[in-house]
Amino acid sequence: MSDLTRKTAAELADALAAGETTSVEITQVHLDRIAAVDGDATAGVHAFLHVDVEGALEQARASDERRAAGRPLHLLDGVPIAVKDVLTTQGLPTTCGSRILEGWVPPYDATVVTKVKAAGLPILGKTNMDEFAMGSSTEHSAYGPTRNPWDQTRIPGGSGGGSAAAVASYEAPLALGTDTGGSIRQPGAVTGTVGVKPTYGGVSRYGLVALANSLDQVGPVTRTVLDSALLHELIGGHDPLDSTSVDQPVGGLVDAARQGATGDLAGLKVGVIKELAGDGWQPGVMARFQETVELLTELGAAVTEISCPTFVHSLATYYLILPAECSSNLAKFDAMRYGLRVVPDGDPSAEAVMKATRDAGFGDEVKRRIMIGTYALSSGYYDAYYGQAQKVRTLIARDFTAAFEQVDVLVSPTSPTTAFPIGEKVDDPLAMYLQDLATIPANLAGVPGISVPAGLAEEDGLPVGFQVLAPALADDRLYRVGAAVEAALTSRWGGHLLEKAPVLEGVVR
Amino acid sequence: MPEISRDEVAHLADLARIDLDDAELDHLAPQLNVILESVASIRGVAGDDVPPTSHPIPLTNVFREDVITPSLTPEQALSGAPEAEDGRFRVPRILGDEQ
Repeated sequence: MSDLTRKTAAELADALAAGETTSVEITQVHLDRIAAVDGDATAGVHAFLHVDVEGALEQARASDERRAAGRPLHLLDGVPIAVKDVLTTQGLPTTCGSRILEGWVPPYDATVVTKVKAAGLPILGKTNMDEFAMGSSTEHSAYGPTRNPWDQTRIPGGSGGGSAAAVASYEAPLALGTDTGGSIRQPGAVTGTVGVKPTYGGVSRYGLVALANSLDQVGPVTRTVLDSALLHELIGGHDPLDSTSVDQPVGGLVDAARQGATGDLAGLKVGVIKELAGDGWQPGVMARFQETVELLTELGAAVTEISCPTFVHSLATYYLILPAECSSNLAKFDAMRYGLRVVPDGDPSAEAVMKATRDAGFGDEVKRRIMIGTYALSSGYYDAYYGQAQKVRTLIARDFTAAFEQVDVLVSPTSPTTAFPIGEKVDDPLAMYLQDLATIPANLAGVPGISVPAGLAEEDGLPVGFQVLAPALADDRLYRVGAAVEAALTSRWGGHLLEKAPVLEGVVR
Repeated sequence: MPEISRDEVAHLADLARIDLDDAELDHLAPQLNVILESVASIRGVAGDDVPPTSHPIPLTNVFREDVITPSLTPEQALSGAPEAEDGRFRVPRILGDEQ
């Protein structure tokens, strides 16, 4: 059959069910694709930090045996997947993009990895990311940047640039990402792919190496809305191992995606967030966004403008809460129980070893955030910074509550700009932080969000993302609206947006 | 917003157990100032009557039955240790600098 790497996960599942191909064949073509275009830190897409050729093929063979015996474990049994390197994988290295975990092989699986394995999906490898998920460009990876398949001199977004670039460059049909302030959605936007941040607590965080516990969420990274729905239903649901996991079954997402794809949004009330536009928003991004909003009207939705006045404070709120949580979380990297240990000369104390290790093992962005967090939590500053940020967080959540009393979903561009050149913002933290302006409010309030491709910006020909936000536990609305937008735009473009991306040259590893 | 001095950044690094050298302090201290100036904009945004939010989807009293379930073996737990001895983590001396 035609190039299997171009198929969606849903199409691959159908082909497997029909006996037209095998998991070994599918897995092998993706491994071949990785070998051809992924390269390394110096050239190529560099979406992967570790590729598990043997393990993936072994899982694929087992999948084919199950299917031959008429006992597939799941619809997606045999469809390969890539996993962000912040999720623990027993027997496979997990570095979080950091030197401090170089070579660490976890003794246990994250719950989402357990679920993926239990459904029979071969794991192709671990994807690159900003160190401990801190960043919007994947340049803060200690192992070198991932490159955007649309233009390899540009960033693929972050922190999950590896997962997004892997699906955008046809190295994997599916990937897992994590989203703390936009790390699934912003990479989706700038690579022309789909990314979903589920409702906080909707997917287990057990085995996700925490950046900020009250903000982190695992979610799907795919090329189509339906594929995200399939993966979301697979990984979602209650987990007793995560005390913040919501005790409700996940479901109705695939149905919502299929219904949305029919293109009927009659009766849907859509709010355009007034505060997420204006100066600093790239004209080409705003143009594609406006067109997509008009499209929603054509599909039958009623569109109004909604003001969420406190959203203007979300960046400052986030950059106090996140560093506070991460400075506490990353205290566990103490050179005693796992990871790097750097021993200074002489007979150093444990504390001296700890300090030397953390200096050598952490990159600049991690150090900045740990110190900001330490400052914000210091006595004397706690109330003024961390305490105040927690209160503003309440106001942001109230803005969402008020908005969702008037409309069913909120929309905005996913990111203020398209992919920027590698190196442009790496030493300008504030400019980097602005990338997450539109995605952060959802994390602060725990509501779900999706980014779907909205077209290419006129000025640079690079992908633009359209973000849809829904109330907590109403993730199905993301899929209905996302699939409707995707179906209408794909038909307008005559194919998936990624078909407009340049053909990737092979690189020698 | 109080300007944060190079000495204060060095103190923060000490509290955070990160051994920054002079070049790193020169590089990072001004960046921390820029970030702190920017986030200081939220002061005064929320009044005293606004309750703080620590978790977006609050759950209370998350309990489980008190039963033993399988967990890591000692070998697994020690598998990533920089040094181990007699089934325990081996660490550098913990006394002697300030104690």
